[in-house]
Amino acid sequence: MSHRIIFNVMQVIMVMAFAPLIKGILTRLKENVQSKRGPSAFQPYRDIWKLFHKDEVVSEHCSWIFRLTPFVVFITPIFVTLLIPVLTDYPLFFAFMGDMLGGGFILALGGFFATLAAIDTGNPYGPMGASRTRMVGFLAEPVFMIVFFTVSFIAGSTIPYIVQKHWVTPLANFFEPSHILMLLAFVMLIIAETGRIPVDNPSGHFELAMIDESKGLEYSGRGAALMKWGGSMKFFVLCCIFLNVLVAPWGLAHGTTYGEVLLAVPLILIKIIIFVLVLVAIESSLAKLRLFRITEFLGAAFATSVAAMITGLFFM
Amino acid sequence: MSEPDLLFSFLSKLNALAGGVFLLSAFGLVAIRQMLTCLRLYVFQSLLLAISALILGYHYGSIHLFVVAGLTIISKVLIIPWLLRHTVGYESYAKREISQVINIPASLLIALGITILSYYIAGPLVTAAGAGVFESINLPIGLASLILGAFTVTVRREAVPQVLGILAMENGAFFAGVSIAPTLPFIAELAAAFAVLIIALVMGLLTMKISKTLGKTAVGELIALKED
Repeated sequence: MSHRIIFNVMQVIMVMAFAPLIKGILTRLKENVQSKRGPSAFQPYRDIWKLFHKDEVVSEHCSWIFRLTPFVVFITPIFVTLLIPVLTDYPLFFAFMGDMLGGGFILALGGFFATLAAIDTGNPYGPMGASRTRMVGFLAEPVFMIVFFTVSFIAGSTIPYIVQKHWVTPLANFFEPSHILMLLAFVMLIIAETGRIPVDNPSGHFELAMIDESKGLEYSGRGAALMKWGGSMKFFVLCCIFLNVLVAPWGLAHGTTYGEVLLAVPLILIKIIIFVLVLVAIESSLAKLRLFRITEFLGAAFATSVAAMITGLFFM
Repeated sequence: MSEPDLLFSFLSKLNALAGGVFLLSAFGLVAIRQMLTCLRLYVFQSLLLAISALILGYHYGSIHLFVVAGLTIISKVLIIPWLLRHTVGYESYAKREISQVINIPASLLIALGITILSYYIAGPLVTAAGAGVFESINLPIGLASLILGAFTVTVRREAVPQVLGILAMENGAFFAGVSIAPTLPFIAELAAAFAVLIIALVMGLLTMKISKTLGKTAVGELIALKED
């Protein structure tokens, strides 16, 4: 029993330690594709370190929500990490505390507080970005629901550890139409949720065009560091849900020895970096959509997920 | 699980995957704005039809389905795109925005409704056809993309996507057909393949004529008779 708790803590440490690295690699590769040198892959660590050593400025007009939000944004991906498979393919200590829907709600809680905090200060750009994020969010929500319900229906469970086994036992299950279509829908969802091209430009510095970034504009010092770190952890956690639960449990540790679990760390990182390569290809080959085209993008994701549901339900 | 069972399950999953992506590309024909992408999507859909015919032909041991697959690849993947590109002319494809009668999210929702409806219609048919794994995938999806093709024709205003909608209807009919009639006579296959070629040629030429006369191919705007 004790090693299950330790492995659970190891998952959290892994997410906390490597989330900025993945973000850095993504930025670096994107710049490389555009034949620029780009910042070092370790730049997010330096940013976070620097921000932790700076003074924090908080507007005197804002309420407790503004002060609390960085902690909520930072802690919610960690809670989700306790529920999902990051390193092992067998349930750990906290695995049955909540299912995938629970994880989705916890992540949504972080987004909810970030939205409130953006409105809290009275900065005109904050509420604008927050309302846009809500627009993307409520269009993405039905896709989330349908993907999760389809998965649960096919695998017969909402616990991620049980779902992931279904795709590879037997291997032919991997080619189930609902599986592949659902993966497509979920990639579109990750792009929308983490504010990447074609929905949002993460490296843009123009406030009027921002969707996701403008929520953190008012933060400085420690708050900004926590927001940045929390954002990269959210991306990492979504990648883990996608790659380990929805794609296939390849690379996860089977055994209960420390060696095997530690071996899973580089394997999972390699898996995520391969996915990051796919994201870089998507981001470099598409242009950012106009705001009112986002409904079409997410409408396409919705159509894909419903097609997955239909083929899944009737293929049984 | 024994060896043939494993192969069968693998083949049926692969066929189902082809069916799922087939349905998705039918959605794409309803909603995608770029005309060139629409054409490529149609080629992709025909390729999926050929793959499904190959899998079914292997399963039923039917040479006819291999012929269907070969004809599909030759006529729909190679000749029809070439015909449509060369008769209609480049400038019609360079346009990015396609105006639609209903906006895109709404037409996608209607398309989803059509799909669910066609599953309900096809349910009794699947039971009547023997309720095999292949029938239960191919029949409803083929029916759905047949109706979606008709929907594409009604919802689009440009000529080329309308032509593609009609061709997609034919694709859907074939997709359903290969599962319930694995031993179609050769003459019917050949006739269908040539009919599609002729249809594509005639409509391509008609579109070229329209675009030469009007300077555009938005046939949805041609709603009033000219009086003099």
